[in-house]
Amino acid sequence: MSVIEKSAVDLKKLLEQGELSSVQLVSACLDQIAEHDTKIHAFLKVNSNEALQHAEAIDARRQQGKPLGLLAGIPVAVKDLVCTKGYATTCGSRMLENFIPPYDATVIRRLKEADAIIIGKTNMDEFAMGSSNENSAFGPTRNPWNTAAIPGGSSGGSAACVAASMSPLSIGSDTGGSIRQPAALTGVTGMKPTYGRVSRYGLIAFASSLDQIGPMARSTADVALMLQVLAGHDAHDSTSANVPVPDYLANLERPLKGLRIGWVREHYGEGLDAEVEKSARESIEVYKSLGATIEEVSLSHSKYGVATYYIIAPSEASSNLARYDGVHYGYRTNEKEMLKRLADEARGHDPATIDNALVRMYRQSRAEGFGPEVKRRIMLGTYALSAGYYEAYYLKALKVRRLIREDYDRALEKVDLILGPTTPTAAFPIGECAEDPLSMYLADIYTVTTNLAGLPGISIPCGLTSAGMPIGLHLQAGPFEEEKLLRAAQMFQSATEWHKARPESL
Amino acid sequence: MKLDSQTVERVSLLARLQLSADELKSMTEQMGHILEYVRQLDELDTSGVEPMAHAIDMCNVFAEDVHTPGLSREEALANAPNHDEECFRVPAVLG
Amino acid sequence: MSDQPYEIIIGLEVHTQLKTETKMFCRCSTRFGDPPNTNVCPVCLSMPGALPVMNRLAFELAVETALSLNCEIPEFTKWDRKSYYYPDLPKGYQISQFDLPLSQNGWLEISDPDGQWETKRVGITRAHLEEDAGKSMHDEVAGKADSRIDLNRTGTPLLEIVSEPDMRSPQEARAYLTELKLILTYLGVSDCNMQEGSLRVDANINLHLPKDGEKVATPIVEIKNMNSFRAVERALEYEAKRQHQAWRENGKLLGEAPKETRGWDDQKQVTKAQRSKEESSDYRYFPDPDLVPVVVSREEVKEIRSRFKELPAEIRTRLQTQHGISAYDADVIVNQGRAVVDYFERLSELSGDGKRASNWVQQDVLRTLNERNLDIADFPVAIETLADLLKKIDAGEIDNSRAREVFGTMLDSGDDLASTMQKMGIEKVDQSDLSSLCQQLLDANPKIVENVKEGKTQAVGALIGQAKNINPNVNPGQVRNLLLELIAAM
Repeated sequence: MSVIEKSAVDLKKLLEQGELSSVQLVSACLDQIAEHDTKIHAFLKVNSNEALQHAEAIDARRQQGKPLGLLAGIPVAVKDLVCTKGYATTCGSRMLENFIPPYDATVIRRLKEADAIIIGKTNMDEFAMGSSNENSAFGPTRNPWNTAAIPGGSSGGSAACVAASMSPLSIGSDTGGSIRQPAALTGVTGMKPTYGRVSRYGLIAFASSLDQIGPMARSTADVALMLQVLAGHDAHDSTSANVPVPDYLANLERPLKGLRIGWVREHYGEGLDAEVEKSARESIEVYKSLGATIEEVSLSHSKYGVATYYIIAPSEASSNLARYDGVHYGYRTNEKEMLKRLADEARGHDPATIDNALVRMYRQSRAEGFGPEVKRRIMLGTYALSAGYYEAYYLKALKVRRLIREDYDRALEKVDLILGPTTPTAAFPIGECAEDPLSMYLADIYTVTTNLAGLPGISIPCGLTSAGMPIGLHLQAGPFEEEKLLRAAQMFQSATEWHKARPESL
Repeated sequence: MKLDSQTVERVSLLARLQLSADELKSMTEQMGHILEYVRQLDELDTSGVEPMAHAIDMCNVFAEDVHTPGLSREEALANAPNHDEECFRVPAVLG
Repeated sequence: MSDQPYEIIIGLEVHTQLKTETKMFCRCSTRFGDPPNTNVCPVCLSMPGALPVMNRLAFELAVETALSLNCEIPEFTKWDRKSYYYPDLPKGYQISQFDLPLSQNGWLEISDPDGQWETKRVGITRAHLEEDAGKSMHDEVAGKADSRIDLNRTGTPLLEIVSEPDMRSPQEARAYLTELKLILTYLGVSDCNMQEGSLRVDANINLHLPKDGEKVATPIVEIKNMNSFRAVERALEYEAKRQHQAWRENGKLLGEAPKETRGWDDQKQVTKAQRSKEESSDYRYFPDPDLVPVVVSREEVKEIRSRFKELPAEIRTRLQTQHGISAYDADVIVNQGRAVVDYFERLSELSGDGKRASNWVQQDVLRTLNERNLDIADFPVAIETLADLLKKIDAGEIDNSRAREVFGTMLDSGDDLASTMQKMGIEKVDQSDLSSLCQQLLDANPKIVENVKEGKTQAVGALIGQAKNINPNVNPGQVRNLLLELIAAM
């Protein structure tokens, strides 16, 4: 196995034992990126020089016997919506094409403290809005398993770069499934932690009450290793939970005794691909063979999840994205041309019907800076919050959100975790959903409810379709039960080889 | 409740988005579809259900009133599309 | 006021900056007057990814203020986003409180020291916290019509205090503002400086008129841009007349015209229609997902209440009972602020005469402070010294006008009382010296003696003047009594 295919846990050992240098590791990753990323387009920016320099410094410190952090010398790719001081952070948008944050996100600070090497910033759906990465303003990311297929989204770049062995670890963010869905579609392991587990400070917001940063890797152990670094209370995030962080690696290999798994009745219906269903059912058998008991549970309101999500998320987004107005940072339309056009329009018209220069500057900058999906969601959210519609849409959705959460609470009284497919289908061809936004939204049908309820969820590889595309298994647990999720996922990965499968072309 | 293009036009001003005539048409259609889909929530009786705005129950998160250094003016203005040595600049806010 | 054919209905919205070191949701300084964009950070610049964290002190000051305005403090309060676009509002929304404010249902008592209207309670609808916006400055350099944006003020904690429409005259509105400012100043929660913008007032006004035996109301107008309490009073006076005129011309009533916003033009002394902001009524309030709610326990309310400083209304009453001064005098002193109250009380205690202390504070001390633009903490005459002087007046050792001269001298010299009096040659006049002086004057002025004997006692006044000319240290009162005694015995 070449060095780029090894797990972070193994690489950590090799580095510690002096059998591998960080420079060697980073160089190997950079080579892989150079060779394949023109095709995959997982990265928006690769920090080649900085990464190598940093690796050199870490190697030197290691040689001097100085103490090093948990991820010392190991590359991490970061979704391009996490602010990195001094390095462009675009959020996959023209709007922020030239935005250079003057500060580091808390997770970046934590990664740096752990001596991780930030190898680059990954491609994504613009402002994390999308499930295919086709909404990136800088061109789509392709699925390493089949470059005609989408890698999922919105953390498609973070998923693809791990799947393509360009980086052993990556960071994604998950608002309605944006870590778990691309993880499933690219055959990697990805976790959305409990809301509040990982600081959102420096994460460019899509929907603040749903967004959560999480790790993506090629094994559960690697996800645990990175979660260890990311998780913890942050005084800069009012919604960050002040809950102790357990040692996720300490008991990872210990199987959960008497594990009770919930099998969600509502998950197996219309829209679920037969091959995906088959893999999910086979996974149940795997757990049974490991001594788990399976119980049917009901999440009766889960069918309303997508509708609820597509009110709440756009509503919050319409407000979160109001700051992109071309005044303090970000894209601004060509002012001269705009003023000229405005003067032309005003000729012979009632001035009251024409925008003033400032309003037009806003409207045009935003129209030119945002892509169609972002505009659609801003419009939806603005509508749902506006006078006369607030109660019918936004408030209604908040109430259904409560019902969805209560379903989980009831189910999780009976079982330890809930199991199902991560997505209804495997990766679909690029362009398939382009004309119908709603059909794309339904790709999140199994994952959105986790975010609405604020719970942790993990997607692990559990099969391949006949076309050779990965299938993901989705596990969900109660608040702050990441350890339980990781141990359950580890049980599965000890008994199966699916997570070891790699795209042949690479 | 059918979504009409006048409403969409009004919302586009609220949202500060400039839509061309074509965009207005397709936006009205697509939003109409999505709104139709989300109206399935109307099936549910939610009377007496407490709205859930936050994913977790937390309250009373405060910081003490102690100054910490922020950004320099250069850093503050560095990303602005139009600024002078001191301030951000925009087209006149009045008129 | 009774000749008005209408009733004026006024409600006020006051925004006051709370006196914290740092901003509402970040730890940047709130200092006024710093160079533009130097008190900023990713949070108040609304950089992508930055998140707000609430200032504990701002919340406590808000609760303290609300309690002193007799408000209820609900157990649960939360933060909402109020959406509108303006370049000095970099997030595109203001963090404020919408349906569950931190306080509600209070009142404030106002009274007229001149007694033109009766003491009344003005209802406080609510007081809630929000963040301030930055500043937009119009710049017309070289024909370019740009605006410049300074975000130093962005995020400064603001308490918005909304009154009920309970005021019935511009004078009542001014009294409300004066009393509110006094309370805020006594609590020390705000600087209340209208020039610096730490206190801002918007007024809502309309008229109730009789029409066909019924009462009808004119459309409500909001007035902005008033930068002094005097301007508020003037603007309301103007606006009431304007609305009456408008009603006579167009007959439009409440509900028949949209709520209008007018700006006060202080130079021209008129209100002017402001371009109404588009969709100003659609702020799309919703709970801010970045901030968690606040649950205020009853223990905390009690604790904050226990920290309470004495409020102006309480002090007014206490000064009357404890120091024996009139309601009017108590009002004047209390309106000067806590430091003057403390000065007065100490002077009253040390001198043992509340009324005299009150007179001296109001006339001499306050006048000096005004003339010399001094703070009472820097008053050049020590309080003990002034008290000694007052005691000497009381004991008849010195008369009031001589005492003023001594006071004036001490203000400039900074010397103590004894040496000042000595330098001025002031000493107590011996009783026998006084008797012989009086006898001497009576002997020299038989005509006056005759007049007094005929009952024109005021004639003796001329002799008092002569006595003071001969010996400036004599006490006119004593001289007068002695002269009359001597005449009676003649």
